[in-house]
Amino acid sequence: MTSAAIGASLPGEQRRWFRLAEWQLALPLSLAFAGLFLAPLLLLVATSFFDDDKITQPGFASWLKFFGDPFSYKVILDTLLLGLKTVCATVVIGYPLALVYLDLPPRLQKVLLFIIVLPMLLSVVVRTFAWIVVLGREGVVNQTLQWLGVISEPLKLLQTELGLVISLTQIEMPLMLLPLISVMSRLDPNLRDASAALGASRWRTLFTVIVPLSMPGLIAGCLLVFASATTAFISQTVIGGVRLIYLPLLIWQQSLVVYHWPLAAVASLSLVVSVLSVIAALSWLGRRSSRHLHA
Amino acid sequence: MGRRRNFLDLSYTVVIGGIAVLAVLIIVSPVIVALMTSFTAGRSLKFPPSGFSFGWYEQLFDPVRSRPIHRAAGNSLEVAAMSTLIGVVLATLAALGLARNRARSARAADNLFMSPLVLPGIAFGLAALVYFSTLGFRPSLNLMIAGHLIVTMPFILRTTTASLSQLDPALLDSSQSLGASWFYTLRRVTLPLIFPGIAAGAFLAFMASIDNVPVSLFLSNARTDTLPIRMWGMMETTLDVRVAAVSGVLIAAAFVLMLIMEWTVGLTRRMRD
Repeated sequence: MTSAAIGASLPGEQRRWFRLAEWQLALPLSLAFAGLFLAPLLLLVATSFFDDDKITQPGFASWLKFFGDPFSYKVILDTLLLGLKTVCATVVIGYPLALVYLDLPPRLQKVLLFIIVLPMLLSVVVRTFAWIVVLGREGVVNQTLQWLGVISEPLKLLQTELGLVISLTQIEMPLMLLPLISVMSRLDPNLRDASAALGASRWRTLFTVIVPLSMPGLIAGCLLVFASATTAFISQTVIGGVRLIYLPLLIWQQSLVVYHWPLAAVASLSLVVSVLSVIAALSWLGRRSSRHLHA
Repeated sequence: MGRRRNFLDLSYTVVIGGIAVLAVLIIVSPVIVALMTSFTAGRSLKFPPSGFSFGWYEQLFDPVRSRPIHRAAGNSLEVAAMSTLIGVVLATLAALGLARNRARSARAADNLFMSPLVLPGIAFGLAALVYFSTLGFRPSLNLMIAGHLIVTMPFILRTTTASLSQLDPALLDSSQSLGASWFYTLRRVTLPLIFPGIAAGAFLAFMASIDNVPVSLFLSNARTDTLPIRMWGMMETTLDVRVAAVSGVLIAAAFVLMLIMEWTVGLTRRMRD
């Protein structure tokens, strides 16, 4: 007797059996996740509660040492600020591009989307390298400004926070644009026409109609850019240099140079908690604004 | 009043249009600059490049002088291929099991499986290092595959779940009521219909693995390093123009891959939606 015949006679029974089997299909992934994701993270938390680099003395000394040092606070604050500055820059530069995307004919929209997505598929290392060439002493920016006679000595752009924020703006831009364009292209075009017909200028339409309605996409983009910029180890070390210290570099130094894993664990848990709490706050704001909109 | 509005609308066009042009410039120009630099005849990363030559590409493809780069590229491809393959199997199974399940536990599991996307990768990289060395493993490509699996699988799960939720349940019901077994329905109806979703996810996962730094940084040693780690090392030390040549190859590869994905599964449309 085949299962199909049983199914034909007992549809309800059959369906329940299916659901049980379907749920079980997630078991292999669950096992892999427990063994390769949850267990390592729990061990990381456990490691942070040891005092010495040999991981033999349990205690709170690593936490006390990390948070007793004003330098740690500075590094955490700098890391979060770097994320916020990058978010602001990507919004200011990216939002107008998303607006223009909406007004383009479909063919050009396709081309623009291709231009936006392509850098995303390029290795972060390649994009970081490109900025070394652009911002270096003999790079594009310095050569152009010197040729124009604006400056006589090359500007120092690499190993400064300004250079880092400029680079991260381009590196993280696709993460801002994709959710933004996704939400904006679902907006009803009649809303804009109605606003214009009622006499609103395009600026007023932008700030009273488009911006509030595209808030979910904007918030989603901000979240992605923030999470990515605060943890962009390669860009931070290569463009920021060794004197600009952010949490990822601190974690790397503590774990693979100094070999003090408990301190590295404390630093990385601080990174997780501080980044995730900013993300939680942003997405709470996003939910609130969309509820406000639908009310 | 009308003139004022005209002026305002003009200023809107100028400001918004101007920034948009600047944005496209910022997005595109570094890629073009890096590409041009890779053809320099000189020994430094000066711009504009001094002369045109394929010299750095010749050095890059020289099997003796660039052996560490070739080995790193091989490692990258192997880790990306294996972690994507395992990820496709595990994530497709899990998506089939969870996508239609509205139970709270199923939603929670789905959120948990997506969490590596928001967790700072460097924390997971360190956790994996501490975990594997506590268990007594030495650095190897297998450990890298395991680590990459966790951080790239969510891409496959997301696109596959999205395809499944767009699948018309009536198709599955009619297949069943026509007497097809569960497995036959899966093979002949479900999988062919969700295949573009799986393929798009696999592509994103593969690219994410090729690009991954935080996990590779902690799990690799000099023998098992991947291309991004090796390039990072070169940028931090010698800043050899070969980095530009590697970048050139990767830019060309990304361009070709993207055209292929666009023609086959409509990648940009999938990423936008």
